[in-house]
Amino acid sequence: MSILVNKKTKAIVQGITGSEGTFHTAQMLEYGTKIVGGVTPGKGGINYKGSDSFPFPKEVPIFNSVRDAVELLKPEATVIFVPPHLAADAILEAIEAEIKLIVTITEGIPTKDMLKVYSALKSSKSRMIGPNCPGIITPGECKLGIIPGFIHNPGTVGVVSRSGTLTYEAVKQITDVGLGQSTCIGIGGDPIIGTTFVDVIELFNKDKKTEIIMMIGEIGGTAEEEAAEYIKKYVRKPVVAFIAGRTAPPGRRMGHAGAIISGGKGTAKEKIQALESAGVTVVESPADIGKTILEVYNKRINKKKVEN
Amino acid sequence: MKIHEYQAKELLRKFNVPTLFGRVVYTTEEAGRIAYNEFETQGRDIVVVKAQVFAGGRGKGIVYDLETNQPVTLFDKEVRGVNVVTGDNLADKVYQYSVKMLGKKLVTVQTGQAGTIIRKLLLEEGVSIQKEYYAGIVLDRTVGQNVIMVSTEGGVEIEKVAEETPEKILKEWVNPAIGFQAYQARRLAFGLGLQGEAFKNFVFFITQLVKAYEELDCSLLEINPLVLTSEGKMIALDAKMNFDDNALYRHPEYAELRDISEEDPLEVEASKYDLNYIKLDGNVGCMVNGAGLAMATMDLIQLCGGMPANFLDVGGGANVERIANAFKIMISDPNVKAVLINIFGGIVRCDKVANGIVEALKSVEVKVPVIVRLDGTNAEEGLNILQNSNLQFHVAKTFEEAAKKVTEVVSSLQDH
Repeated sequence: MSILVNKKTKAIVQGITGSEGTFHTAQMLEYGTKIVGGVTPGKGGINYKGSDSFPFPKEVPIFNSVRDAVELLKPEATVIFVPPHLAADAILEAIEAEIKLIVTITEGIPTKDMLKVYSALKSSKSRMIGPNCPGIITPGECKLGIIPGFIHNPGTVGVVSRSGTLTYEAVKQITDVGLGQSTCIGIGGDPIIGTTFVDVIELFNKDKKTEIIMMIGEIGGTAEEEAAEYIKKYVRKPVVAFIAGRTAPPGRRMGHAGAIISGGKGTAKEKIQALESAGVTVVESPADIGKTILEVYNKRINKKKVEN
Repeated sequence: MKIHEYQAKELLRKFNVPTLFGRVVYTTEEAGRIAYNEFETQGRDIVVVKAQVFAGGRGKGIVYDLETNQPVTLFDKEVRGVNVVTGDNLADKVYQYSVKMLGKKLVTVQTGQAGTIIRKLLLEEGVSIQKEYYAGIVLDRTVGQNVIMVSTEGGVEIEKVAEETPEKILKEWVNPAIGFQAYQARRLAFGLGLQGEAFKNFVFFITQLVKAYEELDCSLLEINPLVLTSEGKMIALDAKMNFDDNALYRHPEYAELRDISEEDPLEVEASKYDLNYIKLDGNVGCMVNGAGLAMATMDLIQLCGGMPANFLDVGGGANVERIANAFKIMISDPNVKAVLINIFGGIVRCDKVANGIVEALKSVEVKVPVIVRLDGTNAEEGLNILQNSNLQFHVAKTFEEAAKKVTEVVSSLQDH
């Protein structure tokens, strides 16, 4: 089991013929992901086999519109690599075509555009991960986005994070201590995102394969506090968290558009307190993520043995 | 992106948001001349002299002399960030204030003791104030909509009001599909207890303010105070406006509004190379790929007993030139006593990054210990490149090892 994507998931790529789209589609195909088509307006009708530097293992049909691709291919997911000024339009097109899962990698979409997208998402049949995110991977089965596949190992830790490379760091530490991941999701570093910590934690909580939830938050907003509240009420699986940015100064945007302490709100301290009071194990050092997960995992397994 | 009050007001005027007559000046000569020509001889009998700096709390802020580090006084009073000038010889008094403010240091609750240099002044006419209000627009991340906030508690820090008397802040959210509606403006006006002309003027004011916020791609627009004059007019007495950095491409004209004198020189340099660099007060420089990992690395430095000297995210596309530029900028901070490079190769290959580091170190003289941690894609190849380079590195393979090395280096710094 896993959440949202598995080996059956069929996906298309919007912006597939661009340099980013080409490179990462090649990687996704090599990982075994079922990328069944792509959309680039004006290039519909051709079969695309990647570029010279990044050839695809197999050809992929290109469509002019998402609706054309959906009618023929019936994909469950789309991955968006469209540049920021065109991204909102690409997302709205995917929503209109009723694709179930939209993964938006694009970084730098204006907030005003995202307000519209967010409002459209709420009344739609789609779920969006991102924007400004690395995507989602169910190890050994399917990867949508730019997460490097090789650091993962199929397993039982559900990983959810607002970051990119910090997620890879955590994943590798988990893999290095001999554990693996059920599914790993980067929800994105923007102030407006389609899928929140609460959404993903809810899914991991229901997923039979997921034994532990690893959550990686950072300064800015109150998503971690909302997650803490949810965990307190509904989650009985162990949750381990790391919050980045205790040394971040207020009022400065720390790389991610959403990572900013404003009006004294959104500090790491508040988030850590909220999570700890919800019974979450908060890792102090980012170097200790793997170690802590292993401890918590062993405790859970021993407890389960005793119960049986 | 932040802009100054006078710039924000110029933009607001284009949306018919009522503001007062004002002129920005850069020199004392200009201050005196404009105060004479456009205030004193034009029947304007009050001039408010306002320091144009990014920091808030100017009204209570105190001006210090750079050399003596003593508060500056004029007419037996401490000179503030905002000074009201009245009476005879208006222009001469404004001139004297400009002498006491320009080139001096303003210390407010937001600047810390280091203060910020005053480089320009806004001369603004006075107005007879009946009551002060607050109006602000910002993104509410929890609902994914912009929220309009108003309060009868104007002129004070809104964070304080939110903390102590949250019921005094009235809110209306804007549905992006429908837009801000007249009934919402009326509800706010009723909530503030406004009547007659003041009611009508407020409804107009707030409607135009929302329009400005949306069309200008703001990320924050705050009018504090928004004043009701004795004549029942609603006027923006102050204005704080930030733009959404992601939307700057839509507004090439904003480039002219940027004031690099308000930014750290190293940050200005970094922005030329499109590097995400924020200068901090610590002594351990760090260079990382990815914002989250960069923050985590800063936190790790602190846990190891050091303090991060900067935030620096070299990003996903870390090529040799980018790494070299980033390294040069980081190392040119004189406070940096040690450096931690932390790269997790996902899409970026560690051997490429290693080449960049070696190149960078060839062209800059580095006198401080450099700890390099490479992990992920091609980490082994990267480490080999570093070890064969004849340059002095402390190499770490894991985050944990890096933490140990940083602790060692930091404690040896403290021993000296």
